[in-house]
Amino acid sequence: MKQSQAILVTRHLSKDFRGFRAINAVSLRVVAGTVHALVGPNGAGKTTLFNLLTGFLKPTEGHVVVAGHDVTGHSPERIARLGVARSFQVTSLFPKVTAREHVELALQSGTGLGRIFWRTDRLMRRFSDRAVELLDEVGLARLAERPAESLPYGQKRALELAIALALNPKLLLLDEPTAGMGLEDVDRTTALIARVRAGRTVVMVEHNMSVVGSLADTVTVLQRGEVLVEGPYEEVKAEPRVIEAYLGAHVA
Amino acid sequence: MILTLLDRLNRRRAWLRWGLLAAGLLVAFGLPWTLYPPVATDIVCWGLFAVAFDLLLGHAGLLSFGHAAFWGTSAYGTGLIAIHSGVPFYVAVLGGTAAAAMLALPIGYLAVRRSGIYFAMITLAFAQMVYFVTNQWRDVTGGENGLQGIPRTLPGFDLSNSFVFYYAALPVVLLGLLAAWRIVHSPFGRVLAAARENPARVRALGYPADHYKLVIFVISAFLAGLAGGLYAVNHGFASLQEVYWTTSGKVAMMTILGGIGTLWGSLVGAAAIVRLEDWLATAGFEATGLVTGVIFIAVVLIFRRGIWGTITHLLRARAVAPVPQIEPHLEHDHDELQPTPTN
Ligand SMILES: Nc1ncnc2c1ncn2[C@@H]1O[C@H](COP(=O)(O)OP(=O)(O)OP(=O)(O)O)[C@@H](O)[C@H]1O
Ligand SMILES: [Mg+2]
Repeated sequence: MKQSQAILVTRHLSKDFRGFRAINAVSLRVVAGTVHALVGPNGAGKTTLFNLLTGFLKPTEGHVVVAGHDVTGHSPERIARLGVARSFQVTSLFPKVTAREHVELALQSGTGLGRIFWRTDRLMRRFSDRAVELLDEVGLARLAERPAESLPYGQKRALELAIALALNPKLLLLDEPTAGMGLEDVDRTTALIARVRAGRTVVMVEHNMSVVGSLADTVTVLQRGEVLVEGPYEEVKAEPRVIEAYLGAHVA
Repeated sequence: MILTLLDRLNRRRAWLRWGLLAAGLLVAFGLPWTLYPPVATDIVCWGLFAVAFDLLLGHAGLLSFGHAAFWGTSAYGTGLIAIHSGVPFYVAVLGGTAAAAMLALPIGYLAVRRSGIYFAMITLAFAQMVYFVTNQWRDVTGGENGLQGIPRTLPGFDLSNSFVFYYAALPVVLLGLLAAWRIVHSPFGRVLAAARENPARVRALGYPADHYKLVIFVISAFLAGLAGGLYAVNHGFASLQEVYWTTSGKVAMMTILGGIGTLWGSLVGAAAIVRLEDWLATAGFEATGLVTGVIFIAVVLIFRRGIWGTITHLLRARAVAPVPQIEPHLEHDHDELQPTPTN
C-alpha cells in the first residue's frame, strides 16, 4: 500500500489523564475509502482516541495527520473544516433546537452565513429542503420540527448521523452510531452507512459485531489504550486474544 | 393540514408581536409625560445597557462582571469629546461608544477563552483597571470630582430642557434595541445560541466558537457604550460611579430581575430598579442599595425566570394548549420510535 492512500495516520499517539495512560503509543493507518472499525471493551480508550483525532483533547505524545496535514494540537473547528465530521457517543445536541434546525446549522457551517449578524435568520431557510432530505435518509423526516430534547434516544442517535452527513465529510468518525437503537433502526443505520461510505472514509466505534462484520474492511481492537490486533473482520474475530479480551464477553 | 394549523398559530403570534411592539413604543414615547424626564432618560439608558448585557449573558451564556468598563469608558469618552470639541452630542456619543468597543476587543480576546466564573473574574479585573486609571488620571478625568460640564450640543436645537432631550436621546436607544433584536434573530445569533447550549458540538461543526463569542462581546460593549454615553450627556457629568464595579452589579441585577435571555425583560428590570431607586431617594431613604437588593432577591427567589420570563412562560403555557390538534399525527409514530436496547 502506498503512503498516500492513508487519509488518517496517528504516530505513537498517547494520552495521560493525571498519570493514567488512557491511550498508549497508538499508531493507526486508515486507508482512504475504507470503513475502519474500532472495537474494544468498555474503557479501552476508543472515545478518547476520537477526541484526540478531532482536537477535543491534546495528545500527551505523538501526532495526528489528516489528509497529509499534521493537525496535532489544532482546534476542533479547524480539524472539522478539513472535512472531518464526528458523532458523539453521549448524544450531543442542542436541547431546544428542532431536528431540522440542527441539520441546517450543520449545512450552514461551510458557507460563512453564520457570521452574518445584521440580517434575518430566515436566510437559513435556504438549507431547509436539503435538511429535510437528510432527515428522511435517517428516518426522521416526520420528526423534523421536534426539539431535540423530545426525541427518543434512538432518534437522537439518528439525528447525530444526519448532522455528521450534513457536513459532507471526507472522513466520518462515528462513535457507536447504533447504540440504543431498535433492531429495525440498526438495520436502517447499517444500510445508510453502507450507502454514504461511497467517496468517504468511515471510522466507527461499534459494539454490535454484526454491524462491524457487514461494514468494516479493517478492524482494530483496542485494549487498555493499546492496539491489540488489527486486520480484516474474519481474521480478527478468530484471533484467540481478541476472543478472550473482548468478543467473548459480547458474543457468547 | 399541519401547515395551515402551524400557519394560523404563527399568524396569531405575529399579531401578538406587533401589538407588543406598539405597546412598547407607546410606553417609550409617553414615558417623560408620566415621569420626571431625567429619570425617564435614565430608564432608557439603563434599559439599553441591560439589553446589551443580556445579549452576552442570555444569548452567549457569558456572565461579565466588568461591563461598567464599557459604559464608563463611553461616558468619559463622550464627555471629553463633547467638552473639548463642541460637536453635536450624537457624534460625541458615537466617539465614546467607539472607544468602549475598542477597549472590548483586547479584554474580550483574553476573556472568551474562559467561561463561567473565570470569565467573570477576568472581566472584573480589567474593569477594576479601568477604574484605577480613571481615578488616577485626574488632569483628564477630573478624578474624584468626575468630569463636569458635559454640554448637550445639537445645532438648531435647544436641548437644555430634559423633556426635549429625552426625545433627542430616544431614537439612539431604539436603534440600539433594534440592533440587539436583529442580532438575536440572525444566522449569527442562531450559531451563538447553539454554542451557548453546547459549545463542543458547535466546534465539531466547524464553527470557531471563540470568534463568535468575541464578536458578541464587542457588540455588547458597543451597545453598553451607546447607553453610557447618552447617560453622561443626560446628566451633564461623568462620575467615578460609572466605572465602579457596583455599576456592573447593577446592570446584572436588572437583567436577572427582568429575565435572563428574554432581551425585553432587561428593559423591565431596568425600569423597575431605576424607578425604585429614584423613589427611595426622593423619600429620603439612605440605604437604597439594601432595599433594592432585598427586593431583587425576593423577586428572583419567587419568580426564577424573572419578571418578563415568568409572564411569557405563562402566556406560552396557554398558547401551547391547542397544539395537541397537531400532535396526534406525530404521536402516532411513537410506538415504533421507542428505543429497544440491543446487544
Ligand atoms: N477526561 C477524562 N479524565 C480522566 N479519565 C478519563 C477521561 N476520559 C476518559 N477517561 C478514562 O480513560 C479510559 C478510556 O475511556 P474511553 O471513554 O475512551 O473508553 P471507551 O473505549 O470509549 O469506552 P466505552 O466503550 O465505554 O465507550 C477510561 O478508563 C476512562 O475512565
Ligand atoms: Mg466510548
